Amino acid sequence: MTLNVVMFYLLSGVILTFSVLTVTSRKMLRAAVYLLFVLVATSGLYFLLKFQFLAAVQLTLYAGGIVVLIIFSILLTSHISEKFKKPETWKLWMGITAFVLGSALALWTLLSHNFVKEPGVKEIPVNMHVIGNQLLGVGKNGFALPFEIISLLLLASMVAAIVIAKKEKN
Amino acid sequence: MLLEIFSFSTLTANIDKSLHAWMAPWLAVVTELVIIGIVFLLFYAVLGLFLVYLERKVCAIIQNRIGPNRVGKWGLLQTVADFIKLITKELIPIRNADSFLFNLAPFIVIAASFMAMAAIPFAKGLHAIDLNIGIFYIIAVSSLGVVGILIAGWSSNSKYSLIGAMRSGAQIVSYELSVGLSLLAVVVFAGTMQLSAIVESQANGWWIFKGHIPALIAFIIYLIASTAEINRGPFDLAEAESELTAGFHTEYSGIKFAFFFLAEYINMFIVAAIAATMFFGGWMPFHIGHWDAFNRVMDYIPSVVWFFGKTFFIIYLIMWFKWTFPRLRIDQLLNLEWKYLLPLSLMNIVIIAFVVLMGWYFH
Repeated sequence: MTLNVVMFYLLSGVILTFSVLTVTSRKMLRAAVYLLFVLVATSGLYFLLKFQFLAAVQLTLYAGGIVVLIIFSILLTSHISEKFKKPETWKLWMGITAFVLGSALALWTLLSHNFVKEPGVKEIPVNMHVIGNQLLGVGKNGFALPFEIISLLLLASMVAAIVIAKKEKN
Repeated sequence: MLLEIFSFSTLTANIDKSLHAWMAPWLAVVTELVIIGIVFLLFYAVLGLFLVYLERKVCAIIQNRIGPNRVGKWGLLQTVADFIKLITKELIPIRNADSFLFNLAPFIVIAASFMAMAAIPFAKGLHAIDLNIGIFYIIAVSSLGVVGILIAGWSSNSKYSLIGAMRSGAQIVSYELSVGLSLLAVVVFAGTMQLSAIVESQANGWWIFKGHIPALIAFIIYLIASTAEINRGPFDLAEAESELTAGFHTEYSGIKFAFFFLAEYINMFIVAAIAATMFFGGWMPFHIGHWDAFNRVMDYIPSVVWFFGKTFFIIYLIMWFKWTFPRLRIDQLLNLEWKYLLPLSLMNIVIIAFVVLMGWYFH
């Protein structure tokens, strides 16, 4: 067993444990912090794959961006003494059934797939220039259109947020 | 012949070779990781103690006092004594706090600064990890520290802590934008995000000189925004002692408080080290274009001295700010970022892109 494999199992273990804790914790901020651990460990997996750009994006966007916003809104809305109620029994069993069926389907698909190791595949260094050219390219494999559409969507939601937050004049 | 600047990579390669000679490969890697960890821990502790001492001395000079002068020569051991006092203090448990998150928060703050420190090039070849997205990685991991501050404020179950955490969150999230954009300026000039390559690109002059006016604007924006990001005066609203007792770490005592305190100083070092690396050439000696004779004389000064000299110069600037300007109000703080710094840095990026396109910089 090489160190890479050890690290993979370690990170996967962290991801699995904290994913379960995220959905079972009955304190809201704790759930958010467990989610943070899941996301940071996922970026560790990307580092293991030597895809450093995606790892850093994972850290900035999910861990540093989304989780911070989630925690921020929890800070604004909930008090420390609040706890989630225990779910009703039938809901609990429905959830467990959905989980078992879903993971069985995923496992079955994964295990029945025949993974072949291509001998000639080399590691492609993904540097900043490649990413920049692809992101703003209009030709084949270019992402200029999706990039612009997403920024329009973002702009629209920001305007909407400002309109909602604006105080009405008396 | 050109004089080669001493590279630490020969030293580290030798250690690597000798470890591999009498160990299994996996054991050698683990041993190296442990050694690097211990080195960083020691560096972290010594640096923290020294920076606190430096802050007190600089503050004293600015306020026309002598500062610490009783413990050790020139008071050099004062912070060691303070540290011993801190670790012998009682850790007070808070009854109605969320104790798990309360104890976790200092570690998140410390871990974030440790992760950022790993990517900084301290001297030629002295670099724990040289990622090809180095500067982006540092921005990414340093944004994790705010999570620790937010958790600390909320889990203490105290109004002062909560207000401090909210302020700090709003402040860090907004100033991160300007920090990122001003660093992007140098990335556009250098054409890479790898820190070692950025340092190499300054072999014929530092970016602050080669990039003339736009680089200077970017540097000033970076200095202001990063001071705000590390919660230091005049932007220390998160722990404004006159109104919030101590802000987000009001309820912490003893070593847990020391962790926050230490992380704050180390973050100041990291911010200064990034500024030194991006704008002032990092460990690169002061070179001017093709003045080979002059450049060779400069190469006689070791690269470690250059790096720490520049870093401590910027640390001194940041300390100077703190003891000169009065603290801002929260609305002034947010106005400064959203109405002045952010539009300015966006415009600056466009100008830099144009300057680089036309080749109107020294290269």
